[in-house]
Amino acid sequence: MQLEITLTAAASDPYVASDLGYLLHKNPARVFTRAVASGTATVFYSENTAARCTATLYVDVDPIALVRGKNKQTTGLLDQYVNTRPYVANSILSVAINKSFAQSMAGKSKDRQALADLQLPFEAFLGPVACQGDEEFVLSLFEPLGYTCSVTSLGDDADSNLYSIKISATIRLSELLNQIYVLIPVLDNSKHWWVDQDEVENLLNKGAHWLAQHPMREVITRRALKHRRELADVLLERLSVLDDDKGSDEARNSNAAAISEPVISETSGVAPVRLHDQRLDRVAHLLKEHSVSRVLDLGCGEGKLISRLLKTPQFTKIMGVDPSLRSLRRARERFYLEDGGEALNERLQFQLGSLTYADRRLRGFDAATLVEVIEHIDTNRLVALERSLFGDARPGLIIVTTPNADYNALFQALSAGEFRHEDHRFEWSRDEFKTWCQKIEQEYGYRVAIEPLGPVDEHHGAPSQLASFTIDTTEVQTA
Amino acid sequence: MNIALPDFSLVCLIGASGSGKSSFASEHFKPTEIVSSDACRARVTDDATVLDANEDTFDLLQYIASVRLKRRMMTVIDATSVQRADRAHLVKLARRYHALPVAIVLDLDPSLCEDRNAMRTDRSVKPRVAQRHSQSLRKSLRGLQKEGFRQVHVLRSINEIDSVSISREPLWTDQRHEHGPFDIIGDVHGCYDELTELLRSLGYVFDSEYEDSESLISARHSQGRQAFFVGDLTDRGPRNRDCLRLVMGMCASGTARAVVGNHDYKLLQYLRGKKVNLTHGLDGTVAELNKCSDQFRQLVSSFIYDTRSHQWLDEGNLVIAHAGLKDSMHGRGSGEVRNFAMYGETTGAVDEFGLPVRLEWARDYRGKASVVFGHTPVPDAQWLNNTICIDTGCVFGGKLTALRWPEKELVDVQAHQEYVAPAKPISSVRGFSAQQDHDLLLYFDDFIAKQRIDCRLGRPVTIPEENALAALESMSRFGIDPRWLIYLPPTMAACPTAPSGAYLEHPEQALEHYRSRGIKQLVAEEKHMGSRALLVVTRGADVAKRRFGTDDGKAGVVYTRTGKAYFNDEALEAQLINRVSVAIEASGLWQELKTDWVLLDAELMPWSAKALDMINAQYLSTAIAAVNSADMILKALNHDTLPDELITLKDKARHQMKNAEGLKKVVEGYCWPVNSVEDYRIAPFHILAAEEQVFVDKPHSWHMRHLERLAEQDTVLTTTGWREVDPNSVSDCESLIDWWTEHTSTGGEGLVLKPMAFTVRGNKGLIQPAMKVRGKEYLRIIYGPDYDLAENIDRLRERGLGKKFSMAEREYVLGLEGLHRFVERRPLADIHACALGVLALESEPVDPRL
Repeated sequence: MQLEITLTAAASDPYVASDLGYLLHKNPARVFTRAVASGTATVFYSENTAARCTATLYVDVDPIALVRGKNKQTTGLLDQYVNTRPYVANSILSVAINKSFAQSMAGKSKDRQALADLQLPFEAFLGPVACQGDEEFVLSLFEPLGYTCSVTSLGDDADSNLYSIKISATIRLSELLNQIYVLIPVLDNSKHWWVDQDEVENLLNKGAHWLAQHPMREVITRRALKHRRELADVLLERLSVLDDDKGSDEARNSNAAAISEPVISETSGVAPVRLHDQRLDRVAHLLKEHSVSRVLDLGCGEGKLISRLLKTPQFTKIMGVDPSLRSLRRARERFYLEDGGEALNERLQFQLGSLTYADRRLRGFDAATLVEVIEHIDTNRLVALERSLFGDARPGLIIVTTPNADYNALFQALSAGEFRHEDHRFEWSRDEFKTWCQKIEQEYGYRVAIEPLGPVDEHHGAPSQLASFTIDTTEVQTA
Repeated sequence: MNIALPDFSLVCLIGASGSGKSSFASEHFKPTEIVSSDACRARVTDDATVLDANEDTFDLLQYIASVRLKRRMMTVIDATSVQRADRAHLVKLARRYHALPVAIVLDLDPSLCEDRNAMRTDRSVKPRVAQRHSQSLRKSLRGLQKEGFRQVHVLRSINEIDSVSISREPLWTDQRHEHGPFDIIGDVHGCYDELTELLRSLGYVFDSEYEDSESLISARHSQGRQAFFVGDLTDRGPRNRDCLRLVMGMCASGTARAVVGNHDYKLLQYLRGKKVNLTHGLDGTVAELNKCSDQFRQLVSSFIYDTRSHQWLDEGNLVIAHAGLKDSMHGRGSGEVRNFAMYGETTGAVDEFGLPVRLEWARDYRGKASVVFGHTPVPDAQWLNNTICIDTGCVFGGKLTALRWPEKELVDVQAHQEYVAPAKPISSVRGFSAQQDHDLLLYFDDFIAKQRIDCRLGRPVTIPEENALAALESMSRFGIDPRWLIYLPPTMAACPTAPSGAYLEHPEQALEHYRSRGIKQLVAEEKHMGSRALLVVTRGADVAKRRFGTDDGKAGVVYTRTGKAYFNDEALEAQLINRVSVAIEASGLWQELKTDWVLLDAELMPWSAKALDMINAQYLSTAIAAVNSADMILKALNHDTLPDELITLKDKARHQMKNAEGLKKVVEGYCWPVNSVEDYRIAPFHILAAEEQVFVDKPHSWHMRHLERLAEQDTVLTTTGWREVDPNSVSDCESLIDWWTEHTSTGGEGLVLKPMAFTVRGNKGLIQPAMKVRGKEYLRIIYGPDYDLAENIDRLRERGLGKKFSMAEREYVLGLEGLHRFVERRPLADIHACALGVLALESEPVDPRL
């Protein structure tokens, strides 16, 4: 990976291009090398005339150190030796810029301070860049700052996000370097584990004044401050790597909570109450109506429904169940269970569980809710859920909500047959849902009432559908 | 005087302060058996004299005692226990854990106690305390039996106390030293003809002559087997008296044993003059016995009286009880145990036929002992969670069943007629076996705790809780139906690292590894580069339903090494399974292996079929980035004259360019487009299991030859190059190295070396069952394109293989344990625990490159 800084000068200019050496505090006749995080930075001049002078900062990353750490006491921060990190512009390059050109970034020049304060015609070349975003995105980062920017795609195919980037502007050198320094990790959008955490947070200091006006400041800030993921993800990732389909699992993990229903508030035309909130309010209302007191929230996630139930004294025992350790940890934090005292811990509990297994700990509840949960279960595993919940746990009331596939026709973003969420294993039409509900009625002795959830469209129904199953006490109990 | 204590009892030492309980306890019991109130008081107060901590003291005392009792440990309570209320707690505790409560009373003259108390230096006891204690004690003495103590021993003088000895005896139900072999026979209910027929078919010979209609009948087995009756000998059937004559006769001559059934017990009540309803067939038995002599009736009465409610046999591996028994009751004694053993667990409710609603204890049974029982008629005797009901309703026109132990074979004879109609139809469930029906559900809470799994091929494997939870999360979100998931494969270790030179891995180190462990015969197999896949293939969905208990209509599945479906497209999966099934049919392997299903361990190619996203995101993008990075710096250095530092940099960049291109080439070699089933290649390398067999005792040459025959049948199947290697033969080793060099330089991943015999144990445990030796080019995929640059390769040589070896060994024994269990038709939960265990071990952090 490398950064090339070029200064050009016309004969009429009060400086020559080779003054770049003074501005960078690097004699163009020499080669400078220094150790940077996990590698070696080399600065040399590949061109040096009065009209045009180019300094190249090349970072040769030690790929072994990235994985193993610099010495035996440390471990590295990457899992895989085969990784783009050693070869593309990332925060290691930012660090190298900072280490190699600290004076220049501060706007100082020992011998040419007046020149350093001037806006001069600079060009910068950066590459290779593995950009999380398309060419438009690259332009949207640099152009608002006044650069002329050109992006060259390097990959074999058009989808490849590997680029080289050339920018030019008449600008002070310190400004140029600081902006590149901040924007490299933003382009790259990877976790910069190999950079000291404090240093990452320094990024924003470097950009303070120009960032405030930047139309992309939110993206820049978010991407610049990516933090370490938690252990649970690392574990899961380790498992998925063995299976060769890391890509899809990561997508599942990262999107698991975000149900994307972007169009709904627009079509409803009223003050946008998010559909998910509507759903949760309705479920909470039904639970109150049925006067139940011991409630299971299956697939509780981080506890959005539970936070509604907790305020109502009617619910004397609430148990949230989820298959994700990470979600449960967040839920426990959300309700401060650690320091919440005995009464709260007695009333509200979270436990790891799965709907494709039965669980003796789920017996003896009055009601169970599955809000947008069943569609995350493979259709051929659904029968395990039926047996464990309707057959084994058998709470008196079971509320199930799931998307209405008929309504998908109204989502412009969805093509036919596409699901609303990457982890959905199926989405049912109103008829399909009804058929399933009736099968449950027959096989397990429940009575069902189905209702639409959300604004109802004349032809396609509501975006979501809800079924309340109540245990049929007229059936003979055969334990 | 000797006190014979049952070896599982809760002994309460009762006596006034100063009566010498503690000395008595330490003289006769191990210190760890004694739970003393003084010690507990000291624990909770730092001061044994503080008296306002009674409640906490006794809480602690009872807690310690209850943990010991739960573990079936003899426990001695050293507290004054002179108050009835205090003793009541202890009796309750004993009952809860089904231990026999025993009272040993030290009833000394209170003045003696007072004198001793006065001399105590450890703490001061107020005068008159002993007097008070003594008074309460004397009041209680007579009622101790009534309070629930099953033995009461009162020692009244120092002399008596000093001279007493204590011995320990096993409980009557504890017959662990009896190993059989047994022929366990279900509920007879007076079906004498069927019983004699069954006994004869089991190989019993009857003594021929009987003087009269009351003399005991005897029969013996030529090989000394013992018949074992699960109770309910009489009622409803035609020849109740004769059944009694035979069973009593065999028991008296030591050729049979029995446990008591509820009908037997009711008969006993009748014979002892209690008022009982002559219903449920008792009327018939009574009518027969009324014609007998008093002497015979007396004999019956004492026979039943002496028959135990359950027996714990064969080193604790077998429990026989009429209505079954929970794990927490095995080898224990209490009224509750007796009732459970005779009647099962009921709620008091009755069903629509007026029969008691039984709690299905067997559904939750997870014990190690096999439990054999009768009581509730079922159409067929079937194992369920290591329990089996062998009452097959003979008297209702069913059959009389025997279970041979330890062979676990079932032998039955048909009823000659329906003697009575059953109160409710005896029916089976949904076309599944009892176990399969039960296994429709697995219980999450069975798998969440830290587990220790015994494995027949090696040491027990421990699964830490947090790993188990991670595995459960993965399994429940992505796993296939557990009924299909009978096995997960172990990880395979890389060979020890080459110590120097251009190679990181080389066959010589693997050969040396096995050579130094005395392995004389190895197999070397090509390692295909695709995705590991397990194929369960059956002859059809009906076979799958019968053997696997599945009901998804599939005839087989293809799954990955973490238990996910290999194919998202079920139709494609079905096509592939069908192709393999047809090939097995055509090759004659179904017949040869005497099976209609197999589990194949295979590599499924191309790599890109499953991993295309990852290949693009990780491998190809790295190669392309590396090529471009090198290209850019080479352009910047495109000058004729360069300083030395830059010449070095340029040389390195040229190497990097070449290596990056090499990586790209290797990766692309493992990718090709897949548009239909024709584009896949399956390279099976193990036939892991089939009906009744796990083939890990067959040499790899057997696997390879069978699989070669299979591959001839269909192009979608491909063979694996292999050869035998003697690690001590120089020519074998040289030609192996030549083969490896050639194979890996033309795009092959590498070779796998394994002991020919499949599973081999050495002095220090299992010999690594397999070891991979990967090629120089292939390793770019693992260690990065530039791994073999001089500055890198020596650092990479430092890689700790120990943990990987240990993990490979544990996963191997655990995976195969699960498979053996499946073949033995063990409960799904036992099989699933192994699969989850392998997955859990995989979540341990170990260098993923090994």
